[in-house]
Formats: sequence, C-alpha cells, structure tokens
Amino acid sequence: MAKIVLTRNPFIKNALKSRYPQLAVFIVMLVGYIFAILAGLIGTPVGSHNFSIVFVWIAWWAILILVAVPFFGRGWCAVCPIPLPGEWLQRGAILAPPDKKPKWLNLRVPKMFRNIWLQNISFLLLALFSSVLLTTPNITGIVLAAMLFAAIGLSTVFERRAFCRYLCPVGGFIGLYSQTAPIELRIKDKQVCVTCEGKPCYNGSSAGYGCPWDVFPGGLTKNTYCGLCMECIRTCPHDNIAVNLRPFSADLAKPSTRMDEAFKAFIMLGSAMIYAGVLLGPWGTLKDAAYNVGSSAWFVYAIIFLAIIFVILPGFFTLGILNTKNVLPLKQRFASLSTALIPLGLMFWVAFSLSFVLTNASYILAALSDPLGLGWNLFGTATTAWQPMLTTVLAPAQTLVLVGALIWSARTAQKAANEVKVSSIPVIVYSLIVTSIMLWLLL
Amino acid sequence: MNRSEFLSRIFVITGIILAIGAPLVFWTRTPLIHARMAENGGWNPDIIQAEVGQPLDLKLTSDDVVHGFAVGQMDMQSVDVLPGKVTDLTLIFDKPGIYTFFCTRWCGLNHWRMRGTIEVSGSSADPEPASIPMYVTLDLDIDAPHESPVVPQQIPSAIRGQELITNSPILQSPDYYRSHSPYQAFTDLSHTTLAEPQRWDVVAYIWQSNTTPESLANGQQLYAQNCAACHGENGAGDGVFADDLAASGEASMQTMTGADNMMMQSPVDFTNPTRMLGASPALLQGKILRGGMGTGMPMWGSIFTEEQIWDLVAYIYSFQFKYHY
Repeated sequence: MAKIVLTRNPFIKNALKSRYPQLAVFIVMLVGYIFAILAGLIGTPVGSHNFSIVFVWIAWWAILILVAVPFFGRGWCAVCPIPLPGEWLQRGAILAPPDKKPKWLNLRVPKMFRNIWLQNISFLLLALFSSVLLTTPNITGIVLAAMLFAAIGLSTVFERRAFCRYLCPVGGFIGLYSQTAPIELRIKDKQVCVTCEGKPCYNGSSAGYGCPWDVFPGGLTKNTYCGLCMECIRTCPHDNIAVNLRPFSADLAKPSTRMDEAFKAFIMLGSAMIYAGVLLGPWGTLKDAAYNVGSSAWFVYAIIFLAIIFVILPGFFTLGILNTKNVLPLKQRFASLSTALIPLGLMFWVAFSLSFVLTNASYILAALSDPLGLGWNLFGTATTAWQPMLTTVLAPAQTLVLVGALIWSARTAQKAANEVKVSSIPVIVYSLIVTSIMLWLLL
Repeated sequence: MNRSEFLSRIFVITGIILAIGAPLVFWTRTPLIHARMAENGGWNPDIIQAEVGQPLDLKLTSDDVVHGFAVGQMDMQSVDVLPGKVTDLTLIFDKPGIYTFFCTRWCGLNHWRMRGTIEVSGSSADPEPASIPMYVTLDLDIDAPHESPVVPQQIPSAIRGQELITNSPILQSPDYYRSHSPYQAFTDLSHTTLAEPQRWDVVAYIWQSNTTPESLANGQQLYAQNCAACHGENGAGDGVFADDLAASGEASMQTMTGADNMMMQSPVDFTNPTRMLGASPALLQGKILRGGMGTGMPMWGSIFTEEQIWDLVAYIYSFQFKYHY
C-alpha cells in the first residue's frame, strides 16, 4: 500500500503549520491538567467521583490506548500539556523563536541516560503503585503535579524536552507502539536535507525552534522518538517535511537492535497481563497485595511483578530462540525478534483496556457534572448511575482483538526473523502461549 | 514582544489562573460535612452550630462507604450519605439544646461511634425540665448482675396466661411492670394456686398487656435499624459485627481517645432467660439510655426519645415471651 501524503491537503498543512490551532489545544489541555491536579488534591477522596481519577485514568487512558496510540502513534505527545510550562520557560516565549543565547543551563543529557531505561523504570514505578495511584485522587494529584514540576525542572537544566524523551513514564511505550501507527512524519527528499544549510529543523531559526525531541528529521526512519510536535514543518525552509498516512506497523519491518526497547516490549506485555490478573481477575488476595503498598504482601507482589517482566517472560523467550542457529549474537537476535511483541503488547493493552474502560465509562458523565464532588450538577448528568457498557460484546471483542494480535505478531515475527535470518516458529509459539494466557486472564 | 506572543501569554496566564482559582473559590465556598468510618475520623466537622427557628442547610458527603444521617430525638427520616455524592438537607429546630446526629447505616465495626452534635442556640417558649430516668429514681445499679434464679421450662405464653390471670390490678399497672423484673412478678404470684409454668404464662400476659402492637412494631423497627448489627436480628447476640467485636477485643477500644481501659464484651444475648427474666424494664431502659460503660454498648439517651426506649424495651422482652399479636 502506498503512502498518502496528508500534508498535500492545504487545509491539513495550514492547520499544522500555523501555531494557533495547536496553541488553542495546548491551553485547553493545560487548563484541564492543572484542574485535574487540583481536583485530586481538594476534591472528594472517592476516586470514582473525582475528576482526576475519572478523567485521567478512565477517559484519557481510553483515548490514549484505544485511539491515539493505535491510530496516531505519538499523537497524544503532540498535544500533551506536561512539557509546556517548562518548554515555554526554557525558551522564554510561547510562540516566538528562542534567543541565540540560552536562558538556562541548556546542558546535553549525559550519554548514559540517552536511552529509554529511565522511562522503563519510571513506568514500572507507577505500575507497581498503580492500584493505589489509579484509585486515590490525592496520589493521582501529587503524581500529576510531580510530572509537571519534573518537566519544568529538567527543562531548566537540560536542552530540549529531556522529560519527554528520557523520563516520561508513558512516553516510552507510546514511542514503542507508535511504530505500529498508520501516521508518520518524514522528509520528502533526502537530498534536500543533505544540502540544507544550517539544518533549522534541528537547530532552530527565526521561523521556529529546533526539534524539541532532539531528532534530526532528515534521518527519521521510525516513529519512536518523533513527538509529532510539527515544529519542523514550520522551520523547514524547503517545505521538505510531510505527514503521511501509511500501512500499519510499517516501522517494524526493520527491527530495532536496542535492548532498552526490547525490554520495553517485555515490560508492556508483562504489565498488561499482570494488570488483567490484578484488576479484572477474581483473586482477592492478589488485589489486596497490590493495594497495600508497603506491606510484606505487596513486596512479594512487587518481586513477582518484576520477576515476570525481567526474568520469566524474557527468559522463556530467550530459551525459545536459543536454538535458532545464526551467526548473529544472541543479544541481537533477542532484540530483533522481540519486535514481534510490539503489536502483541499493544493489542493486549487494547483488550485489557476495553473491559476496564467500558466497565467504568459511565463515571465520566457523573464526574463531568460534579468534578470535585461538591454536589454540583453542571450538565445535569451528576446523578448518572454506574452502568457497565456494551457488556454483551465485550468478551467477543476482546477475543477478536487477541486473535488479531496473534496474527499481527506472527507476521511481524516472520519479517523480523527474515531480517536476522532465523526461524520465526519459536517466536510465534511464544506469542501463542502468552496470548492464550491473556485470553484466560480476560475471559 | 510582538502582539501574538503577548496575546498568547495573556491567554495562557488567564487559563492557568482560572484552572487554579475557580476550583479553589468554589471549594472554599461549599462547606461540606464529610462522613468517614469512625476509624478514619467519623464526621468532620462533628460540631455544628444552629439557631432555633432558623433553617440549617447541610451538605453531606461520604469519603468512603455508604453512611446515613439522622438527628436524635427529632422526628426526621434518616438520609443516605453516598460516597462522592452530596446530600442536601435542611433542618429546623424548635427548641434550643445540644442534639446528637449519628450514622444510620452499618458502615463498619465502629459504626455506632459515628456521632456528632448540633448546638442549637436561642430561647425556648416553654422550657421543659428534663425528666429523671426511672433507674435513677429507683436507685437501680444497672451494672450489677441481675440473674433470675429460676427460668421457665418452656417459653411463657401470654395467650395461656390471659386465661389464668385473676383480677389483679396491681400486677397490671404500668408502674409495677416498669419497676419489676419478670422474675419478681413470678415470685409475687407465688401466693396463688398456679403451678410454676402457669405463673410464667401469667407474667408473659402482664408484659404483653403493658405494651401494644404498635409499640412492639415500632420497637422492632428501631431494633432492626440500631441494635441488630451487634445483638443479632433474633436477639441472640450474634449480629454481623459480633464476631468482629470479639476478635478485635480491647484493640478496637483503644483506637478511640481515652478508652484505654475499656474491655469489649460480646453483645448481650436477649434470648438468654437467666439474664433477661431478672431484668426490669427500668433497668433495661437505663442500660439503653446510658449505654454499657466500657462494654462497647453505646449510649442512646441522646438519640431515642423516652417513648422509643420503652418501645424497644417491650420488644426486647418478646425474645422471652410468646405474645398473641
């Protein structure tokens, strides 16, 4: 399937090139984000009726995992409010291009941190505390505020968006899964970039600022680290940047060889399965252990959680591919073949989120009318009763998603196996086994 | 700074101020009464000021589970206080005084500790002197053991008793009933020619004739709402919290300030004839009114009216006697 250049449409192109539509969205998002922090801190401690819990962990999560990531890749990052105050402070302006002389320290992030291991850790930290985080407005408020201030702090110390690129707990998996999305930002003609003087897309110019994601668009082959901020469209003097509609999972044809990304795939796969067990499963002891942060049961839970992600899942995977005789080192085969787990993990999250979101979506209407639990009825929906939605289609839909996940993963495995010239069978068998476990956990 | 940058900053700053300011303003202007399980703080605030004749508007919300709200000695329907929802309620007090409000839902082991007060100021048109409870005028030690040395072999029946009773106005007077235990009445009937089981039947009839079906129904309702959680629906001291109370023992008492020396006891079994037939209505009234100091039995004097307590007392005896209504 050929790519469709969306930016050829003048309406789309102008909407992306102009700063105002994005700024308008930014302001709405930032206001909503700050409101969510406040709601978490001063609103009702009852999670199911607090704006922060309902809008962040139900509404936002639903949009992110069911729509934004699968269809728009890093589309959420394009409108995310978390880096904005820091970035505006860093540049000393909201719209205007920055001064030549940096206002703050503007350091380069040390090389040892220029990978997604910190993101892996920050995601795992939230994941281990998620039962409390997802249900306690106070904690959600504090975590949201902490992310905002961490982003501001990092912007004053390091150049560009260090928070988004290296620390954001959700940024890591959005990037990994954005490779499967049918949207990409790429250059049109490589030669133009090669001969381009000054590379304003990376270094900034009077038309705008250099790539906040520390990416040179001329070298883009994957979606992983492009935040879709559209700044390069504004700075490119040669009109050489395009946003394309493309087949799903186009980026996965060339497997990554990075261990941080390979482990991200295992982290996400494992967390989806553990979440399905803890949040949707019938095991009260497990729920209690996950919820009682700090108790000895919780420590056992945390150890098992980490063992599944870092030992059991990658361990069996390694055992499976051990016999795939090849000149390439095992590490490289491991990283490349784990690409098959990217579509699998994304679909696991979609399947898990379907039940989580459809069960709780009815809280959204009530929380919209009474976001702080102060007895308001802004839109007349405050008394909407809790009612799980689409319960009859849930199980078939989840099964369909998981079957699709398996097929998608198998095709990806075949392509990745071709690249490293080994058999794809062990990876497909592995996918089949974990998908069966996930199906059992969900149904 | 050019115009667009300036306008952008105005919009951003206005947005941030609104996002922080608006919720804070509305939050501080909506005084909510928060209900939490007693272990987590109970009512907050737990002292509310009001004035006689002035409507008192209350906004109640629960921070954890479903609670209920009612004011003692007031003719009002209790309202539910739901988690994350706000219940609006308007009260008007026609007499000054300190009223007790309390949780009406079995929210947890310490449910009965969820109480607060409404201090109603103002002057009353006709101040009523407080009536002295009967156990005080009779000088009863309501903490002393009160066992009945003999108990009937079968449940005494008021129907049989009615056929046996000779005209004895003293035994049927309300004062006699309230101040005597069934065992005392049984003893007072010893001069008659009746056999022991027949005497117990007569006692049952005397107890029945001092109440009405309405009183018993009212007592039953109050019992179901307020007492059954510990004492059990059938009075056997086996309510849903009974096991938890026994298990938590002293520890549960120490969670509240100043209660270090208390010892939790198992809820009294109203089906036990030795204990019940030795207790007079005045004694039971005293126990309900004052509460069992240090036993975990709450005091109900500030919540039930005198009539309600007598209805409850009458109902509690129905675990011992067979009435014909």
